[in-house]
Amino acid sequence: MLIKLDRIQRIFQVGSEQVHALQDINLTIEKGEYLSLMGPSGSGKSTLLNLLGLLDRPTSGSYLFDVRDTTTLDDSEQAHIRNSRIGFVFQFFHLIQRLTAFENVELPLMLRGVPASKRRQQVHAALDGMGLTNRFDHRPDQLSGGQRQRVAIARATVTAPDLILADEPTGNLDRKSGNEMIEILEQLNSEGMTLIVVTHDAAIGKRAKRQLKMVDGRIVEDIRTQATT
Amino acid sequence: MKTRDIIRYSFISIERARSRTALMLLAVAIAVTSVILLIGLGEAARRYVTREFASLGTNLVFVLPGKSETTGGAMSASFGGTTRPITIADAQALTRHPSVSRVAPMVIGAASVNRAGLERESVVQGTTAEMLPLREWQMYKGSFLPTGNWQHASPVCVIGRKIESELFGPESSVGQFLRIGESRFRVIGVLDHAPSTFGMTVDESIIVPVASAMRLFNTDSIFRIMIESNHPDSIPAISTFVTNTLKARHHGEDDATVITQDAVHETFNTIFNALTLTVAGIAAISLAVAGVLIMNVMLVSVSQRTGEVGLLKALGASPAQIVWLFLTESAMLSLFGALIGVGVGLTACWLVSTYYPILDMFPPVWAVGAGVLVAFITGLVFGILPARQAAALDPIASLAKH
Repeated sequence: MLIKLDRIQRIFQVGSEQVHALQDINLTIEKGEYLSLMGPSGSGKSTLLNLLGLLDRPTSGSYLFDVRDTTTLDDSEQAHIRNSRIGFVFQFFHLIQRLTAFENVELPLMLRGVPASKRRQQVHAALDGMGLTNRFDHRPDQLSGGQRQRVAIARATVTAPDLILADEPTGNLDRKSGNEMIEILEQLNSEGMTLIVVTHDAAIGKRAKRQLKMVDGRIVEDIRTQATT
Repeated sequence: MKTRDIIRYSFISIERARSRTALMLLAVAIAVTSVILLIGLGEAARRYVTREFASLGTNLVFVLPGKSETTGGAMSASFGGTTRPITIADAQALTRHPSVSRVAPMVIGAASVNRAGLERESVVQGTTAEMLPLREWQMYKGSFLPTGNWQHASPVCVIGRKIESELFGPESSVGQFLRIGESRFRVIGVLDHAPSTFGMTVDESIIVPVASAMRLFNTDSIFRIMIESNHPDSIPAISTFVTNTLKARHHGEDDATVITQDAVHETFNTIFNALTLTVAGIAAISLAVAGVLIMNVMLVSVSQRTGEVGLLKALGASPAQIVWLFLTESAMLSLFGALIGVGVGLTACWLVSTYYPILDMFPPVWAVGAGVLVAFITGLVFGILPARQAAALDPIASLAKH
């Protein structure tokens, strides 16, 4: 068991109104699972993803990450878990424009304090794995959309995390690059990383072995398929 | 996160945001340059005064008629409010101390000097033969005032070289006569060039025996007495001796002012220290202004880089790491700015000193060090607010801003 959410509530105060973004979420995710998270806008799927990624804290309920109760951890301890255990892939890539592909991928290792010589090897391996061997010194604006997303995936996986959280990873890509991206992520999943993909795209959502559907802050469907990919 | 990486990351951010960097470097550099220039100027003034004192000769005690406490200020005492004149006999009495090596009385005034239809105003100093070694003057030709009776108003004079060339032209002056006021004087010698002290140039002076000068200016008092001791340690003893002697000779009235060169020098030093600190303080204000600029630019930078901050947080940067990244950036900017400022400031000092040797404008090492240090601390202090603001950003909102 990697993740266990127990009666999670997330309430936002918007003006004088309280918005229940997440209501009574109970969810257990095993190591190595492949989940898709679908639902209309405002259904709370991004909030759930942020919560799973420790970027947000629940209003109530408990969140066990690898049997540790994360709600009792302070910001630095949560940052440490994000750094070592979780990789994020964003819709808008979030690459730092002034840094090269190499430097972008290097960031999580640098934050962790890995020495430069060791970093070099890992970054090389991650970028090579994404087929970006000749793009080390390119800045994001010198790369295509697909290449940028692959740099972002290299950055997410360079630390060998247990969990990959992908928020609309294909949302900013054309169909072909989007499919490539999903294949890369699925490949990582088959190597043992737990993968959670938030998507609007039903076709992509259906590829996951476990499909969650959210409406109004609740999980309304939890389908497991034995589909072979 | 390794310190080296923090520095490298900040450096990349500085290096790749050129105009922002240039602006901040400029502000800090101007501030540090002005600190260095102003302190350098203060130091130059102090050194100038010190040099002037050194050229007066060392081990000196000055005696002025009048009591400065009663008439307010040493200078005014010498002009007005003199209760009792200091006479030549008084001055002579001051030679009777084993530590006194030379006593030179002085009467000073301006008079018109003419010779063969040529006329000019000149400073006329009445003194004795002791003045020559005391001031370390050199004779250009002829001889200095004769030794012997100070009371004797002999009509001889020693002139500066400029006076000679203006009144005598190519002719030899020694042995010739000139008129000072209504009296005729015979030129017995010409003084060589000497560095001017406090605006009085030897080249434009005429030296006559003290008694002659008193007659010339119709005064019964000596303007001042310069006493040279044979050892700096005996100056306090001489000071006491002078006060007591004059008091005894003036019927118990303590009506002369005794000034030691050290005391005067000390006073000037204090004044110049205060002056230097004042201008340095003014310059430090420009450092504070530069600090505020750093803060503003960093705040703008933080708001422009919210996406980056959000990303760093998602990648596992702790709040402390974010603070360090931004603090390092402002500290590095201020340090680089300060180093540029030191370079410009020292170059400017060097240029001034080269072209105006009288202004020896090298700031002391402490001033340079303090300038850099204060700039660095300013960068740190004013970097705290933007850095904390960056660390406090909500990662979700920051990422959504993209």
